[in-house]
Amino acid sequence: MPEVFLNHANAYSRIRVYFMNMPKEGKLMNIIETNKLTKYYGKSPGIIDVSMEVKEKEIFGFIGPNGAGKSTTIRTLMGLIFPTSGKAEIFGKNCMKEGPNIRRDIGYLPSEVFYYERMKVIDLLNYTAGFFKKDCKNRMNELAEIMELDLNRRIEDLSYGNKKKVGIVQGLLHSPKLIILDEPTSGLDPLMQQKFFDIIKKENEKGTTIFFSSHILSEVQELCNRVAIIKDGSIIRTEDIKTLRENNYKKITIRGDKIDQSKFKIKGVTKIVNGKNEFKFFYKGDINKMTNAISSEKLKDVLIEEPTLEEIFMHYYK
Amino acid sequence: MLNIFKYEFKMYQKSILLWMISIVGLLFAMMAFYPSFGNDSEILEKMLKNYPEELLKAFGMSGGIPLSSVLGYFVFTFVLVQLCLAIQAANYGFSILSVEEREFTADYLMSKPVSRVRIINAKFLAALLALTITNIVTWIGSFGCIEIFREGKEYDATKLIILLATILLFQLVFLTVGMAISVVLRRIRSVLTFSISLAFGTYILNSVRAIVGGETLGYLSPFYHFDPAYILKNGNLDISMVLISIVFIIVSVSVTYVFYLKRDIYSL
Repeated sequence: MPEVFLNHANAYSRIRVYFMNMPKEGKLMNIIETNKLTKYYGKSPGIIDVSMEVKEKEIFGFIGPNGAGKSTTIRTLMGLIFPTSGKAEIFGKNCMKEGPNIRRDIGYLPSEVFYYERMKVIDLLNYTAGFFKKDCKNRMNELAEIMELDLNRRIEDLSYGNKKKVGIVQGLLHSPKLIILDEPTSGLDPLMQQKFFDIIKKENEKGTTIFFSSHILSEVQELCNRVAIIKDGSIIRTEDIKTLRENNYKKITIRGDKIDQSKFKIKGVTKIVNGKNEFKFFYKGDINKMTNAISSEKLKDVLIEEPTLEEIFMHYYK
Repeated sequence: MLNIFKYEFKMYQKSILLWMISIVGLLFAMMAFYPSFGNDSEILEKMLKNYPEELLKAFGMSGGIPLSSVLGYFVFTFVLVQLCLAIQAANYGFSILSVEEREFTADYLMSKPVSRVRIINAKFLAALLALTITNIVTWIGSFGCIEIFREGKEYDATKLIILLATILLFQLVFLTVGMAISVVLRRIRSVLTFSISLAFGTYILNSVRAIVGGETLGYLSPFYHFDPAYILKNGNLDISMVLISIVFIIVSVSVTYVFYLKRDIYSL
């Protein structure tokens, strides 16, 4: 058969496969899908029956306290550990069987970053780029500039924060379709955190799906569209970020000699703890009502904080 | 795969250089004494006869070849070279895969679009190239030192070639066994402890075999499979022993692939 016909036939079959894989109109395909994913470390469970769907172009938060199973889930998705049972798919492909193909389009930033200590940053980034069959140079330089990364330093000479920056650049330099972030902000100063969030938001605007694991509620609230909450290895709820925002509890501590507690009997006050000259509670509701109540008392001190995830889980997601 | 291979080989360069210097240095230092040994050969042979047979066997000096001959003396030297080659190969074997987990770089490497099979292949080939270079240098060093110090005495070059030809297979046993052990164990904390233990362990095993007699213990030691005294005395290899080495290699390689492909990579 003449070569021209063969080329046409190949092109036709590629186009056909492309359209077959496209989601139906208005329906976004699942980028990540797990079904009853379970991992035991010996006899102790890491994750149990984790089922979730992350849609295309979504910024999906994966939140839970330390040791809840976030990293285990991510490491299973990345093919670093093998599940005891259940199914894990990325781009519709089995994570265990088609790992290398899947990882071509994934950018991964682990919670702890370790690279070859004796390498220079530029060598590590070039080494990373060598794994992908595309030219990553421009994007690499662009990211390094945004993150203010010195490419000529040795990895061993970098601070943890700078190593984290290397992690960000190496994870994104190939412009992946899915970015998996496992507690990405630890070690980054607030300015760099914001720059990093900006990069992630821009990537998402370009159509990249983001899977964002964290134990810090506020950063999940800032970035994500939807959140799965994991505790003791099981997903206890998957919520829209709006719902999570509505459950925006504040932890309030009031200190004073004579506090009239009756003034704080407002709808939304829970988990009251009385101490010596101290009154602690959680509040969810109209913040103006609360500030009015606080200002009506003669106080020595007042503290309004975001409850820790543990506290939220302990009392609202039992 | 080429990407990993290039990086791995680059990492070996310093180590290859150190081993090359050590081995050639050892050959030179040992062979430099040969002229004085050769001149006083009668006294030396008499002196050695006074030593217990077991002791001579343990040090591989009872192969039936006179120590005063070029190859007889070379055997004595070569056993030490073998020990170095064993440590080098075992070092690479224990290290190539375990280093990624020990230094926590496995997360980085395995999150890239490369299969574990390709990772093993690339690392194995890089180690093999490193050993081949050491091998070539050992050949040159051996012939060179013999030429410098033989003082006109004749020797059978064919026997020497057969002996040197065994190096790569000998090292492959240590490389692959090291790899297999490293993937079966959860973590290798000190590579040097493992490699020295494997090299000296199998060397001592062969020495014990020489003292107590019989072959059973020798089956477990590549030092017996590629016994220099046997090779130089008979001018050929003990094929059944070489086959045992090949079985060791095949089993070790199989274990490496099977275990590594199913291995969980733990984080810090």
